[in-house]
Amino acid sequence: MAEADKEFKWIGTRTIRPDGVDKVTGHAAFGADFTLPGMLVGKILRSPHAHARILSIDTTRAEAVPGVKSIVTSADFPEITRENAIKGESPPNFHDLSQNLMARGKVFYDGHAVAAVAATTPAAAEEAITLINVEYDVLPHVIDVDDAMKPDAPILHDDMFTAGVEPKPTKPSNIAKRIIFTKGDIDEGFAAADIVVEKDYTTQAVHQGYIEPHAVVANVAKDGQATIWCSSQGHFMVRQYCAHVLGRQIADIRVTPAEIGGGFGGKTTVYLEPVALLLSEKSGRPVKMTMTRDEVFRGTGPTSGSSMSVKIGAKNNGRIVAASAELKFQAGAFPGAPIQPGCMCCFGPYDIDNVESVGYDVVVNRPKVVAYRAPGAPISGYAVESTLDILARKLNMDPLALRELNAAGQGTRTVHGPTFGVVGYKETLESAKKHPHYQAELGPNQGRGVASGFWFNVGGESTASVSVNEDGTVTVTSGAPDIGGSRASLVIMAAEILGIDVNKVRAIIADTSSIGFNRHTGGSRVTFALGMMVTESARDIVRQLRERAARIWDIEVDAVDWKDGEARPAGANAGDFPPLTLHDLASKTGAGGGPINARASKNVQAPGPAFATHICDVEVDSETGKVTILRYTAIQDVGRAIHPSYVEGQIQGGVAQGVGWALNEEYIYGDDGRLQNPGFLDYRIPVASDLPMIDAVAIEVPNPTHPFGVRGVGEVPIVPPMAAVANAIEDAIGLRMTDLPMSPPRILEAIERKD
Amino acid sequence: MAEVLLYRDIAKQFTGGREKIHVDAKDVRSLLRALDTDFPGLAEVLQTDMAVAIDGQIYHDALLEPIEENSEICFLPAIEGG
Repeated sequence: MAEADKEFKWIGTRTIRPDGVDKVTGHAAFGADFTLPGMLVGKILRSPHAHARILSIDTTRAEAVPGVKSIVTSADFPEITRENAIKGESPPNFHDLSQNLMARGKVFYDGHAVAAVAATTPAAAEEAITLINVEYDVLPHVIDVDDAMKPDAPILHDDMFTAGVEPKPTKPSNIAKRIIFTKGDIDEGFAAADIVVEKDYTTQAVHQGYIEPHAVVANVAKDGQATIWCSSQGHFMVRQYCAHVLGRQIADIRVTPAEIGGGFGGKTTVYLEPVALLLSEKSGRPVKMTMTRDEVFRGTGPTSGSSMSVKIGAKNNGRIVAASAELKFQAGAFPGAPIQPGCMCCFGPYDIDNVESVGYDVVVNRPKVVAYRAPGAPISGYAVESTLDILARKLNMDPLALRELNAAGQGTRTVHGPTFGVVGYKETLESAKKHPHYQAELGPNQGRGVASGFWFNVGGESTASVSVNEDGTVTVTSGAPDIGGSRASLVIMAAEILGIDVNKVRAIIADTSSIGFNRHTGGSRVTFALGMMVTESARDIVRQLRERAARIWDIEVDAVDWKDGEARPAGANAGDFPPLTLHDLASKTGAGGGPINARASKNVQAPGPAFATHICDVEVDSETGKVTILRYTAIQDVGRAIHPSYVEGQIQGGVAQGVGWALNEEYIYGDDGRLQNPGFLDYRIPVASDLPMIDAVAIEVPNPTHPFGVRGVGEVPIVPPMAAVANAIEDAIGLRMTDLPMSPPRILEAIERKD
Repeated sequence: MAEVLLYRDIAKQFTGGREKIHVDAKDVRSLLRALDTDFPGLAEVLQTDMAVAIDGQIYHDALLEPIEENSEICFLPAIEGG
């Protein structure tokens, strides 16, 4: 598309963040900042058991607590049968979602919601939930994915039979689904290999670790019309999920988005909102609910832990001739681990003739998993990229050279089916090879690792509008929460098309009743998809402005150019008229034909895939087991960096989370099935002092399907870090770490085993 | 004719193991109808939580997406991001 080839005024510049002042001065309103007159406080009673049958729930004593206004249990939720579980065009499974929101008959994990109370004070609500008497029949539980797959494992769901196997099973199982992706002939491929490497890996469940806990204010009026204020990755998603779970019509629910304090996939579902709606409806008053950090860890979705095996066969010259992976992912209490993208992405960067990925979606007595940046890809990527490093060492080959020899490019057919179009993986490898980091000297106990990653990116249903105000300023309105700088990107794209100062354009995120449907923010879609809608709308505005100028000058519209924010005669033959600026035209809309607005809605398709290659240096303290990240360079094909600072921020954030996943983060369960580290003191995410400056290098191979060449950038940077760190550790101390996290105790244990 | 690439397990179940099928179709909907005529039940499977890639570009809910004469068509699991 033409825009990608033009010289830009605003695209690629580091404009001031639209949300920056509010956030650094503490004025930004997040989910917990809303209040309404007469508002109640809602609290949730959560299961102390990993797996138990609920025999009875007695709320009598809780109801008697002064100030208690309403109590809800699963009895207040409409029962959604498995037959009616899917509504509309896409997941989720509303049967499972409803049961996850409020346990019905059984609790499936420590922290599973059992009942909720709304009261006039937090103390009254806290007291009331302690007085709800729940009688449990405690059942055997299973936490580990390999244990859950054993024939004698405690079964979570009696009505779940493994899909994807023949013959169809007659006994229930914790394996919800088996999937397989195959390309070529895997047996022939391995038979042709000169060298075969094979390794097993495990990873732990990790939380997205967003700083802002879930929070909501809900208010149901007497006529049943409901208003919700909350922080989420998609307020249209909140509206849709609440309506389907509670059996309401969508037009009766209006959701206003708050600023969001991080989501990373973890806020692509609902936990509190339907509960708060029911509490408000029963009490007749607004209800506010805010999770504690303990509740965030125990009651909301992390991403999967896993058990994996990877096998790669190659010729002596490094050409890979066969690769296979067996991936077992924890889904938590209900099916839905990101096993499909895990299988589809792990060999994505490579052009291999014979490939097979087999995946298992396995339920365990943990919170239901939810998306986390590039769902599934970092997990399987850790295993594959680690195995590639082992192969490079055995072949005595540079790890980047091995990847370069086998790199996917335009025309490579993937294991998940499609043939790649224009992609920039090889460019990331080339850049890594030339980067000064890759040539820098290392000291004792220091090592260097590299790893690559792939993510599809997504598009999806999107609506945006652009309005010209009376003074020639412009408002861009969209309906997808701004998590990674989308307001800045949308403003820049609008200013570029309109040819005006970027500071004359402002962006807002409208509530669900003020703009058309938008899919939630996720999959690195918003700057790509909404950007396309804003670009279309801005082009429509330019068309309207040219038409108005043509009418004023009484010439043909084709004789009017729009340049640098003003209409000009296209040439000498068009006439001699002084330019009409956007301000000129905007100030005369009454005479010019009315307000100047444009809107675009589309199911945006064909996002360009993203690739990344990372270089990591570590130092390992062999006495304490501590791994220090000395230097980190993340190179990524971003298509086109609309606002480079935000792009770099996305890359740096992904790396930081990946380093936490690699080195420290894990859910620790006791033998009783209870989570032992539900807080940031015991669940250690990286802090600033744990990380060096992360050098984010943006390679621009424009995506041909986007007017400015945009590719999503937020997902793929979390894919390579775990393997990059593991490969660096092996380089430093000669130990292959096959289990995450590579925390000091694990490193010491490995050193002791070696000695 | 467009070339449709099928996953091996789907091919085993519906097409006697043929993983490449050639279909004359102008868009995704007519392609699915043609496939279902020859292999009853296949269209439903290919539309359940599935996306379609046309010449390498991935589309969701894309029944009306046009198909070129020699397009490569591949059905794959729908993709959700974080």
